[in-house]
Amino acid sequence: MALLEVRDLRVAFNTPDGVLEAVRGLSFDVDRGSTLAIVGESGSGKSVATQTITGLTSGARVSGSARFDGTELIGASSEVLRTIRGARIGMIFQDPLSSLHPYYTVGWQIVEMIRAHDRSVSTSAARRRAADLLGVVGIPHARTRIDDYPHQFSGGMRQRVMIAMAMALDPVLLIADEPTTALDVTVQAQVLAVMRRLQEDFGTAIILITHDLGVVAEMSDEVVVMYAGSAMERAPRRTLFYANHHPYSEGLLGSLPAKGGTRDRLTPILGVPPSLIGLPAGCPFAPRCPYAFDRCWRETPPLRMVFDDPDHASACWLTPVLSEREALRAARVDREPDQPQESASATRVEVRP
Amino acid sequence: MTESMTQPKNEPLLRVEGLTKSFPVSSGSWRRNTAQVHAVDDVTLEIQTGETLGLVGETGCGKSTLARCMARLYDVTSGTVWFDGRDITHLDRREMRVVRRDVQMIFQDPYGSLNPRRRVGAIIGDPFVIHGTATGRELKTKVQDLMATVGLNPEHYNRFPAEFSGGQRQRIGVARALALRPKLVICDEPVSALDVSIQAQIINLLIDLQDEFSLTYLFITHDLSVVRHVSDRIAVMYLAKVVEAAPTPELFSTTRHPYTRALLSALPVPDPDLADSREQIVLSGDLPTPTDPPSGCRFHTRCPKARHDCVATEPALLPVLGDAVGHPTACHHPLTVGEDLSLARPDIDATERVGDGAFPLEAAATKEPGGESR
Repeated sequence: MALLEVRDLRVAFNTPDGVLEAVRGLSFDVDRGSTLAIVGESGSGKSVATQTITGLTSGARVSGSARFDGTELIGASSEVLRTIRGARIGMIFQDPLSSLHPYYTVGWQIVEMIRAHDRSVSTSAARRRAADLLGVVGIPHARTRIDDYPHQFSGGMRQRVMIAMAMALDPVLLIADEPTTALDVTVQAQVLAVMRRLQEDFGTAIILITHDLGVVAEMSDEVVVMYAGSAMERAPRRTLFYANHHPYSEGLLGSLPAKGGTRDRLTPILGVPPSLIGLPAGCPFAPRCPYAFDRCWRETPPLRMVFDDPDHASACWLTPVLSEREALRAARVDREPDQPQESASATRVEVRP
Repeated sequence: MTESMTQPKNEPLLRVEGLTKSFPVSSGSWRRNTAQVHAVDDVTLEIQTGETLGLVGETGCGKSTLARCMARLYDVTSGTVWFDGRDITHLDRREMRVVRRDVQMIFQDPYGSLNPRRRVGAIIGDPFVIHGTATGRELKTKVQDLMATVGLNPEHYNRFPAEFSGGQRQRIGVARALALRPKLVICDEPVSALDVSIQAQIINLLIDLQDEFSLTYLFITHDLSVVRHVSDRIAVMYLAKVVEAAPTPELFSTTRHPYTRALLSALPVPDPDLADSREQIVLSGDLPTPTDPPSGCRFHTRCPKARHDCVATEPALLPVLGDAVGHPTACHHPLTVGEDLSLARPDIDATERVGDGAFPLEAAATKEPGGESR
């Protein structure tokens, strides 16, 4: 049994403009000790999904199931969630400065965190543990810096403090939401190395939420690609990069600057992501998809196995035969001028039956 | 366009010489200016007509300050800025106004750089109004032409910035910068705030516009894969100094400065097999404060190849190991091709290094928390 099993998770918010469906039927598993990367662009619902699992979305309409180590988290009481959150599921967020309290020393905050979950731990023992943790995540002079305030640390060091805090109670699952997005590349490399080493030492499973495909390639075991609130493709890391099935995955990888570094035109995904309010039936990616055909506009494709590989699933009606794909692409190009954004969305209306 | 017609071939469009920009640092209870921070320190750099110069470096290395000095948005502390064969270092506001037509900027934040209460037509039309080059109906036509050029629907002339997506807003910023047909466009992190698929659209747009209007770009970014894609030449900055500059392919094939190599190796590559096999150099510590930069070579506190002379004397930015004039490196111990930097260990006093001289990961591995509180 997987450590975390998420099934058909749906999250919707009431907004003045209508019901915003942030997550629309998301399912995935996280195995013990492995890293699942959830990748997607802004607004794809990747953060909302994991925040819902840990009970951090308020005012949302939630349905579906998320079983963590045998406990159902969706609809669980706040008492139950409090014992799990922090203790068994650690969390790191993108912005370490706003996740740390500016008035308290980092040591105090880690001690607070440890003792909030177990009052039997003495303050001095918790403090020793906090200093050890800061050392583990690579903060120099951990024993003196424990009494420093968050503003006295640099961005990379603050993120290390966050990791130390998230790891304080030895969680079995760590949810890292864009943990290195705010950091410079050399510091990002340090923080990723720390996370990787903690995983090796403690066997922690990681859900890594990111938009950076480079980080995905370096860190993940399995990848879920999200678009408009649902999973477009789920595959092991190498499969996703080298033998992906979904046109969105293909488009994401294709829009990256090539390794050769020539000044060629890139191949962006045309158009913009759809609004999540009142999303029409059919595949949400169809308006931007170079292969879209009639069925894509009518029926929403389910996430189903492709290439006879039980680990590889894709939510796309396309058959994996390459020549057929090319024919579809050609047919689509004939109908649609190669114009970005505005004109693409104008043509979109005509294409829709 | 008339540029480059009047110019001798080898004259750079923009040249800064010994440029230094310092800001006062105030501290203490009376907010006295107690120190100077050199955000840019003695930088000499040229941008040739029609080329794209990439400027890379980490947060706080002074790349944006350098760009703002080039556009004279900041007054320089010392040094000279030459633009189009003319010394513009000390031009007054009125004289600068003429130069500004030729030097425009595109900013990182497509949300913060557009006034939310003004209509897009007015925002893009501003340059024409300010410089008095078009009014009335002609202004509207020009603005709508520009909008079409950058891939916006000209009918959206009367919309507000909030009605556009991030990528479209960046197009508005591009249109505004292009309004007066500038010679030099300074792009300060133009795609950093955008999603990958949108990022590719904007990069394509910038490349197309460069070809169409023969623009010269200064492209500032921390994203090496983007800068590698668009730039003809790249200059790498570290703590207010340029440490290496080279034509793009050469910077990647013949990397000389250990910092450049570390920067390149730290960039996550979206290719699992490459990610698993390539050399990884994890630098220790953070960027030192520019208020009190390290002695000698500023990188010595984090450099895996640091030696005693690195602490003592500052290396000059000159071609090394037989490189061409166009590839200067500021390093006493430059890398040879194929040298494995991950095997290098510094040979200087531990006190000269950041983070107590320890590589954080090794230090951490020796004291596992284990027993007591687990």
